[in-house]
Amino acid sequence: MVLSAKDKTNISEAWGKIGGHAGEYGAEALERMFFVYPTTKTYFPHFDVSHGSAQVKGHGKKVADALTNAVGHLDDLPGALSALSDLHAHKLRVDPVNFKLLSHCLLVTLANHHPADFTPAVHASLDKFFASVSTVLTSKYR
Amino acid sequence: MVNFTAEEKGLINGLWSKVNVEDIGGEALGRLLVVYPWTQRFFDSFGNLSSASAIMGNPRVKAHGKKVLTSFGEAIKNLDNLKSALAKLSELHCDKLHVDPENFKLLGNVLVIVLAGHFGKEFTPEMQAAWQKLVVGVATALSHKYH
Repeated sequence: MVLSAKDKTNISEAWGKIGGHAGEYGAEALERMFFVYPTTKTYFPHFDVSHGSAQVKGHGKKVADALTNAVGHLDDLPGALSALSDLHAHKLRVDPVNFKLLSHCLLVTLANHHPADFTPAVHASLDKFFASVSTVLTSKYR
Repeated sequence: MVNFTAEEKGLINGLWSKVNVEDIGGEALGRLLVVYPWTQRFFDSFGNLSSASAIMGNPRVKAHGKKVLTSFGEAIKNLDNLKSALAKLSELHCDKLHVDPENFKLLGNVLVIVLAGHFGKEFTPEMQAAWQKLVVGVATALSHKYH
């Protein structure tokens, strides 16, 4: 799966409109994921995952910042995400199925907060973006 | 078998009462065809599906979306009994329509996203969880008669 020029424009513009809310949305996506898919909590036994948790807020910002970096390097996701790819492969070892769950919750969160901007074409491009990021993050698993 | 708590039933029915089946159904099916273009394979007879705007504006897509979501409505009336309520539709999707059940999961998740877009603050994590459970239940019930 390849990101077309149009996909890249859609992704950059959509992320730009999110502006300073990225960290907040990252946290909300995680909260949704932990609630809707409880098995995902197994990777965070050390976290307080209750609503409003400072740890979830902090981690949401971390995830959002990484995605913002990825948006800035759509022409070279493997390069931009190389360190995170190593981390997920050798240390975190999050089962690949979970990236789809977080990606879905990110789409739900964005649709929920920006319904007018979340057009079908933008939805498609963002789905591809999250899938591409997920592929890179699991690319060194074996 | 999936079991819905009273709270989950309340959340599902509460939101459902506000759903415009034509609008939400059409949007969900349209977005399925846009976001996952290979799903267009089932709709060769639908005419112009050449772009996102063509798909979203296609009257056959809208009509079929309404049909699909109306069936969802029937499922919602039978939450304790999804497998038998959807048995005939399951046979249809296997024997006549030849639809890979993976597509039910795709459509279910697109529906959740469309509801999130329409219902704003009301679409809390609790609401999302209830609907995710429903779409999984419907997908499972629709796959039940496959052979």
